[in-house]
Amino acid sequence: MSTMDPATSPAARPEPSVGMPTHQKAIFVVLLILLVALPWFVYPVFAMKVMCFALFASAFNLLLGFGGLLSFGHAAYFGMASYVAAHAAKVWGLTPELAVLAGTAAAALLGLAIGSLAIRRQGIYFAMVTLAFAQMVYFFALQAEFTGGEDGIQSVPRNDLFGLIPLESNMALYFFVLVVTFGGILFIHRIIHSPFGQVLKAIRENEPRAVSLGYRVNRYKLMVFTLSATLAGLAGAVKSQVFQLASLTDVHWTMSGEVVLMTLLGGMGTVFGPMLGAAIIVTMQNYFATLGAWVTVIQGVIFVAGVLLFREGIVGLIARWTKKPL
Amino acid sequence: MVRKTALGSVAAAALVAAPVMAQDAIDVTLGVLNDRSGIYADLSGEGSVIAAQMAVEDFMAEDKGLNVEILSADHQNKPDVASNIARQWYDQDGVDAILDVPTSSAALAVADITAEMGGAFINSGAGSTELTRGQCQPTTVHWTYDTAALAIGTGGAMTDADTSWFFLTADYAFGHSLEEETSRVVEEAGGEVVGTVRHPFPATDFSSFLLQAQGSGANVIGLANAGGDTVNAIKQASEFGITQAGQSLAALLMFVTDVHALGAQTAQGLVLTEAFYWDLNDATREWSARFEERHGSKPTMVHAGVYSGTMHYLRGVEATGSTDGETVVEWMKANPFDDPLFGQGYVREDGRAIHDMYLFEVKTPEESTGEWDLYNLLATIPAEEAFLPMEGGGCEFVEAAG
Repeated sequence: MSTMDPATSPAARPEPSVGMPTHQKAIFVVLLILLVALPWFVYPVFAMKVMCFALFASAFNLLLGFGGLLSFGHAAYFGMASYVAAHAAKVWGLTPELAVLAGTAAAALLGLAIGSLAIRRQGIYFAMVTLAFAQMVYFFALQAEFTGGEDGIQSVPRNDLFGLIPLESNMALYFFVLVVTFGGILFIHRIIHSPFGQVLKAIRENEPRAVSLGYRVNRYKLMVFTLSATLAGLAGAVKSQVFQLASLTDVHWTMSGEVVLMTLLGGMGTVFGPMLGAAIIVTMQNYFATLGAWVTVIQGVIFVAGVLLFREGIVGLIARWTKKPL
Repeated sequence: MVRKTALGSVAAAALVAAPVMAQDAIDVTLGVLNDRSGIYADLSGEGSVIAAQMAVEDFMAEDKGLNVEILSADHQNKPDVASNIARQWYDQDGVDAILDVPTSSAALAVADITAEMGGAFINSGAGSTELTRGQCQPTTVHWTYDTAALAIGTGGAMTDADTSWFFLTADYAFGHSLEEETSRVVEEAGGEVVGTVRHPFPATDFSSFLLQAQGSGANVIGLANAGGDTVNAIKQASEFGITQAGQSLAALLMFVTDVHALGAQTAQGLVLTEAFYWDLNDATREWSARFEERHGSKPTMVHAGVYSGTMHYLRGVEATGSTDGETVVEWMKANPFDDPLFGQGYVREDGRAIHDMYLFEVKTPEESTGEWDLYNLLATIPAEEAFLPMEGGGCEFVEAAG
């Protein structure tokens, strides 16, 4: 994964090295306005789900699109954080922000541990190592007492935010989720456009050259891996508060696959692509729910069409047309 | 959501003829939420929607002033999808009751949301005993079966004083609880558990486990696993000729569609417990024939449970004139049912529907006269013995009331 054809990664094209380009700023502002208005137009729980997955996919994209590392085990961090956050809110009675922090911290530690081993390998070996660890986490979740096996952790209470603000209503929760996930995505954006992010891109494009320039490549890789796992965990932790449950679905390998699909469909290595990809996939899962088996078939067809027709993903394609990094 | 309007509005003629019913029709919206694309699609899926429609038609809801509409959706066995759809149904689509919902984690999520939103939840597809025990809700009715009932049926009815059991257990919480529950029943019945082997979940190669089971000399080999694991284990047991050699094979969670898929040749001699079989009596045969005409295959116990549960729910709506979940479920508990498919029974205080269960043995290919002629009835487990007792079940609202 360390050397990639520049044609497939639109972010590789020249762009302002550090700081946020104006048009991206504008898009973020428009996006925020849309998101604030959204719950009056679509069902808030659904909108919250889309935002959680948008953050999850963006976190994954940080690793794949900017670090050039394809992880097949991101469900581990997403799912483990959702278990820990659910447990913290239900059994320890923590307030939502603390429960989410606990979940995120668990994902960070897990990411650090798995990352420190996985980054020693490259390419397909790296992907397989992350998959293997994710399966270990899955079996842990299946067996451990506190996760409730296949029943999952259910009826997680929606405690008061900071012990003060009730989150019982979907609207109140929506704005909590909006702040957290939007903050997470802005943080990712900041990472990408920091000097650290520039070094990451350099490593992605040509690792030996980055080494020869004196960068400690492994430290950068471990850092981005842990950041990505942490932010994926943040998404999972928030999701457990939204749905008031944590279950095996979130740690299952299909979840790792889904996030890859979201990222590739939307546009790997773009800022807005993963969010769009997440929105498309989640919308399909919900609104095509009556079509039965066709949900998976349509997902597959879209993926194949995406790979054949627009390999840069939807946003990648738009970025090429408009000649602006998105 | 696909809307299938089962019935139109009340005919003017009916209003004239029956002035008692001259009040406005009650709108009832039912949501069938289950797996329509994954491993449970055959045993629930579209068949459950058809079963619910048949219940509405057979109840003659139209003549009784009920305006029933049925929605359906696929939860893809994901509790978050199930929870999202359930909320949306209650909030935006005016759904009054959710039916079916296989997969424990999804069912438990829907049970919570239903209680919160004032709907009713008539579960047929899920097996978790938690629905009526630790995580019970006053708006939940668990109609068809649970894993404990299967354990009691198979473990109890197959065991007498000198029966020995050997368990092949899937190594996760579900398998452990199935094994534990069955062992308890076996030992209470005077039998003995001579050994157990845990296999990883999911597993494809069962040969070494089956050899251990065979070598144990136990009378009964209990398969404490589910789905693909059970099917694989049965296929390999058939290759080893385990049942032909005199040992019995007991599946602790299996449906008629699984047996049908395996065929009588492979599954012969297998013993299992179900709440319903199409060929039990005239009433079940008649209903199943009508079902087959519309769905193309015989009903499973889950389909039958959706039908009967919907029927009893509609009776409750008619009697109380309300679609408030708690009110209707209270009525359902207060009034016993006499059902063509499940016989006489009642809904217990904790939401558990109490009815007979049946122990079946899969026929040999020689005995079987058709592709769906699969079971011999070995024993009927009377309703009172078929389920775990309510006492000590840990259902909070029951214990608070008692």
